Amino acid sequence: MFEQIFAGVVTKDHARTNWKEGKVDGKDENELARLMRAAMAGDERAYGEFLRRAAHLVRGFARRKVAQGGIDPEDIVQETLLAIHVKRHTWRQDAPVTPWLYAIARYKLIDAFRRRGRRIEIEIGEIAETLAGPEPEAVSDREIGRALGTLAPGQRSVVAAISVDGRSIGETAKSLGMTETAVRVAHHRGLAAIARRYGHR
Amino acid sequence: MDTNELINSLAADTRQPSASLSSVWWSAVVVAVVVAAAVFFATLGVRPDIAAAAETPRFLAKFVMMLTLAAGTFGALRALSRPEGNWRKSLPLLTAAPTLLVAAVVLELLTVPPEAWTDRMIGTNNVYCLMFIMMIGVGPLSIFLLALRRGAPSSPGIAGAVAGLLAGGIAATIYAAHCTDDSPLFIATWYLIAIAGLAAFGAVAANRLARW
Repeated sequence: MFEQIFAGVVTKDHARTNWKEGKVDGKDENELARLMRAAMAGDERAYGEFLRRAAHLVRGFARRKVAQGGIDPEDIVQETLLAIHVKRHTWRQDAPVTPWLYAIARYKLIDAFRRRGRRIEIEIGEIAETLAGPEPEAVSDREIGRALGTLAPGQRSVVAAISVDGRSIGETAKSLGMTETAVRVAHHRGLAAIARRYGHR
Repeated sequence: MDTNELINSLAADTRQPSASLSSVWWSAVVVAVVVAAAVFFATLGVRPDIAAAAETPRFLAKFVMMLTLAAGTFGALRALSRPEGNWRKSLPLLTAAPTLLVAAVVLELLTVPPEAWTDRMIGTNNVYCLMFIMMIGVGPLSIFLLALRRGAPSSPGIAGAVAGLLAGGIAATIYAAHCTDDSPLFIATWYLIAIAGLAAFGAVAANRLARW
């Protein structure tokens, strides 16, 4: 599927060398930096292209790092893309872009491992509760809090604002200093993550 | 959500990215200095004998050390607020002020007889000094924590500690104009405790506030 999606973007052999973290060659780096500069100046197509290439690099990185399972590498890819978008002003336009990109991916990877650790504890707590008595129909505040607790901080504030406090996308975007797109994406992903973790009960 | 959908919706958001982090930091530091100076002049003001003091090397050394701390940590903090920032690379900036302080302490120990060491270290206003440096530094630290939230530090705790050091450096530089204890032994004790307190607070706060 990836070859299909990325055909014409990066050749397969080329891709394999790129999968080694930080081993993006000079030509690729220059091209990525050029795309990102154009994107920052408002070029939508360059931005899409940049994000597709970034996704490809991060996917390789994430797959190698989470080989032992428990985390979906594609989650890391999406979290990283979202962070790239929200934090794009933290890239210095005269600096190389790949170290910046991999640093974001690494941060999101560590974050995912940390949350997975917490999730395991939560699952044990859940079992204990199930043994203790019948589950009430209504969802308690504590349960909402626990579900929110499994989310990344950005997603958590968005989901809390929209789904718990009932605020609008626009309001949430304003109060969190995010774009509406970023809010919509974070909300969607946050709910999806909760559904994945709790939906199977 | 499929990754391609995500990419398309992100790419469609062509709003201008917010102000560059560099300009955020420069405005933050200007506002922080103004706030710190306002608190200082409202509560303390400079010492009465400042003109005479300005001719003594110990008084001037305080400013050199604290300004070096502020300048070094400002550089380090700007780097640490970006994802690729790494504290090891910022080490030269962070060690400049401690090196000066150690040198000043050694000089003081060599030039002052041992029986005077304790008096010099305890000084006359130590608790007062400690409290005022922290009080002047709290405003700047809050401003730097807000700026840090705009950034993307890969180690929020370390970045927060450096933000505390910067706030402490600014506060101590300003407070030094009031303080009548000029011995490096005093600086190395009481100023250091106050600045370390701000750094600890910065680390804890940033760990909560500057995650992204």
